[in-house]
Amino acid sequence: MAATSIRSIFGGRKGGEQTPFRRFVAEFAASKLAVLGLVVLSMIGLIAIFAPWLAPQNPYDLAQLDIMDGMLEPATTGGSGFTYWLGTDEQGRDMLSAIMYGLRISLFVGAGSAVLAFVVGATLGLVAAYFGGKTDALIMRWVDLQLSFPSILVALLILALLGRGVMNVVMALVIVEWAYYARTARAAALVERSREYVEAAQCLALPTRRIVFRHLLPNCLPPLIVIATMQVASAIALEATLSFLGLGVPVTEPSLGLLISNGYQYMLSGNYWISFYPGVALLVTIVAINLVGDHLRDVLNPRLKS
Amino acid sequence: MVSYLLNRILQAGLVMLVMSAIVFLGVFAIGNPVDILISPQATALQREEAIRALGLDLPVWHQYLNFLSNLLHGDLGRSFVFNVPALQLILERMPATLELAIAATLLALVAGIPLGLYAGLAPKSPVSSSIMAGSILGFSLPSFWVGIVLIMLFSVHLGWLPSSGRGDTAVWLGVRWSFLTVDGLAHMAMPVLNLALFQISMVIRLTRAGVREVILSDYVKFARAKGLRESRIIFVHILKNILIPVITVVGLNLGTVIAFAVVTETIFSWPGMGKLIIDSINILDRPVIVAYLMLMVLMFVIINLLVDLIYSVLDPRVRLGAR
Amino acid sequence: MTPTVTLEVRDLSTHFHASGTTLKAVDGVSFSVARGKVLGLVGESGSGKTVTGFSIMRLVDPPGFIAGGSILFQGLDLARISNEEMRRLRGNRIAMIFQDPMMTLNPVLRVDTQMVETILAHESTSREEARQRARDALGMVGIPSPDERLRSYPHQFSGGMRQRVAIAIAMLHRPELIIADEPTTALDVTIQGQILAEVQKLTRQFGTSLIWISHDLSVVAALADEIAVMYAGRLVEQGEVGEVLDRPLHPYTKGLIDSVPSRNRRGAPLRQIQGMTPSLANLPSGCSFRTRCPRAAEICQQAPATREWLPGHTARCHRPHHLVEEPA
Repeated sequence: MAATSIRSIFGGRKGGEQTPFRRFVAEFAASKLAVLGLVVLSMIGLIAIFAPWLAPQNPYDLAQLDIMDGMLEPATTGGSGFTYWLGTDEQGRDMLSAIMYGLRISLFVGAGSAVLAFVVGATLGLVAAYFGGKTDALIMRWVDLQLSFPSILVALLILALLGRGVMNVVMALVIVEWAYYARTARAAALVERSREYVEAAQCLALPTRRIVFRHLLPNCLPPLIVIATMQVASAIALEATLSFLGLGVPVTEPSLGLLISNGYQYMLSGNYWISFYPGVALLVTIVAINLVGDHLRDVLNPRLKS
Repeated sequence: MVSYLLNRILQAGLVMLVMSAIVFLGVFAIGNPVDILISPQATALQREEAIRALGLDLPVWHQYLNFLSNLLHGDLGRSFVFNVPALQLILERMPATLELAIAATLLALVAGIPLGLYAGLAPKSPVSSSIMAGSILGFSLPSFWVGIVLIMLFSVHLGWLPSSGRGDTAVWLGVRWSFLTVDGLAHMAMPVLNLALFQISMVIRLTRAGVREVILSDYVKFARAKGLRESRIIFVHILKNILIPVITVVGLNLGTVIAFAVVTETIFSWPGMGKLIIDSINILDRPVIVAYLMLMVLMFVIINLLVDLIYSVLDPRVRLGAR
Repeated sequence: MTPTVTLEVRDLSTHFHASGTTLKAVDGVSFSVARGKVLGLVGESGSGKTVTGFSIMRLVDPPGFIAGGSILFQGLDLARISNEEMRRLRGNRIAMIFQDPMMTLNPVLRVDTQMVETILAHESTSREEARQRARDALGMVGIPSPDERLRSYPHQFSGGMRQRVAIAIAMLHRPELIIADEPTTALDVTIQGQILAEVQKLTRQFGTSLIWISHDLSVVAALADEIAVMYAGRLVEQGEVGEVLDRPLHPYTKGLIDSVPSRNRRGAPLRQIQGMTPSLANLPSGCSFRTRCPRAAEICQQAPATREWLPGHTARCHRPHHLVEEPA
């Protein structure tokens, strides 16, 4: 997911000159932990994409569910001869399949909101940096204001107004996140703006749009990519939190957070697995993204300074 | 300085105005307020009367002005569910949330500073690496997840701690508190730890970074050259320099802790205003939602004003009115 | 060991481990300081003079460490004693004054706290008594109304006043040795003169030995009895101050003296030492100065040994000035 998009961006930009990209790959590969994170993340991504083909059961096709198999412990074989490796919920739903489908929604919301927030935030940040003056003041004042509120409060406000739903959650996350991209893009663009090549492009009277997107943007990408990686993780975490609170995705499209929330009521009576395994999937996803993002920051940072 | 202060207060007022407009438009303009405010069994005549009584026949700008004027009088409407003023309902739940948030903030300082100090003084030891790894987890894991694991471990598996409610309370200053009874403390343990986890991670990082910076300073080296004992260098010369910024940041984060109490209170059924707002959103008790949101906005506007004032005192360039 | 020698450094080496390589910041340095005398330790930045000072105090921060040699302080080898023994000497019998007075005092502690703690670290006396002594020490270094100043925080002092406080702290226990690391570089010229006079007065009054680390030859000329010149971690010339300044043997010392602008040479073109201070990571083989040296010859590809060319005047050079013919 996130990792493949990074690769394509880098490959696309530096496709002609292989050396910086190869150096980047070599530097990234130096950390075994980060490579492990990337491998795990790729596997999670593949599971999410191919869930309908990989999952033993379609957990939302009621015809496939057997209510007699409800609340089975992990690794028990149900009446139909089917073995539920991670147990079942109260409706006899296979938790392994539910987690695969849940990952799909969690990752879609996380990555989708990150991409949209990237586009909105980077554009506004670049515009603020390029035009300066009142435009800059207006955009950055708003960014400062929004970042002074905790993310959960902003998301709560928006979802209280919009109600629950997958697209509403994505929209809430975009509104929460775009400010981080805007601030990063502006900071990086202000540094780039003073370089000679931008002045040269202005002297050549190239259109503003071209200068901003073809010249400024590519040079602001590394810090934005680092932010994006981290933001995917926090978006997934925030979505899970909102869904756990019952404000996020609807019950018909349960993400990992909603699965955890559904299982929570059974946990105190000892039926831990309905909450526990979706929780493990969430944990592994977030930790894997953070391992990759943390190392990405270390690899991309010295290049920013030099 | 005075003009700067006035300018900032004016800005804060503007923010409140903008936020009130957003909340007003969001809650009263999106969707049909009549359906929400008046029972569906009402007759057409009753409807019309109610609409007039509530001022809903007026143009939107007029309605907004009414809303603002009520707001200034502290009138945020009555809860549909409890049929009491929304503000009163929230203020009743506030002590429980404050108790949780303040305890979590104190725990963050008490636990985070020693851990960060150790990690900063012995950055290469395996213990420090585990502390830092733990703080990364504390930052990135959603707190509801950690809360569930805590319940699974301490309530379900070990059976040591209760998983929900405030437990026994005692009255102090006319308000009921959990921390005054043993049973209340047992009920507080997990929610406080859960809420504090993010702050502990932050304090660890702030303290560690501070130690790494201060330890290289000339004045610490000079303190060594004076022949001071290591304990005095650490606990007086290093710690005193770090404590002020750490406590400032943590104190200003109290608002964030109160906002995140929404999650903790839901997990542990802690009857504070965070649980109230989630319940209200789920049953569309809109006056309570509006009251909560406006109260939160007010709190953060005040906190941001404080942040600016503190920085203007710390940074002479701001104080001299360069801005 | 004659009782008049306060400090004798023999073959001191201080190394830094950095990314797989070892940098010899101080490489086989030997010198001694007699009781009540002032040694001027001179060199460019990066020559190892500050590290030498910190090595004597055993305050070299990792990855630096004392790799060899001995530091005999009144017969006690500072390189061998325990950390606790060293702590008891620091600030008590050996004191140090730092370069930047704006940075040496802790900004969040009052001046009296920082003085009293120095006394209590080495003596068990009452807090009142310690405060009284701190007050007297401030008065001694020429700080007006010391009672009031004791209650102040460092930021309420000027740079010169802060350096006076640092000197007062250094003098609290009447140390036998003070190491002063460019203590006047960060100050205005007039303040510099006042501080120099103050230090000179105090060392004479109490018979304190002083190592004055500086890159400023004119300050050293005015203050020091002996001079030692460092280059790339090694001592290249050593001797009585007038002798060395009048008849420098090492071409580096001569270069340093020539590059000081002075009134006597008005109108004459200023001379300078060619090239840059080499990095410790890749010093030239043989004499490390040879790539910048106007007198370098083939023999300089072998490392020169320290030799006493004139009575009490040593140099580490194959072809010293005045003694070996200029190259044709």
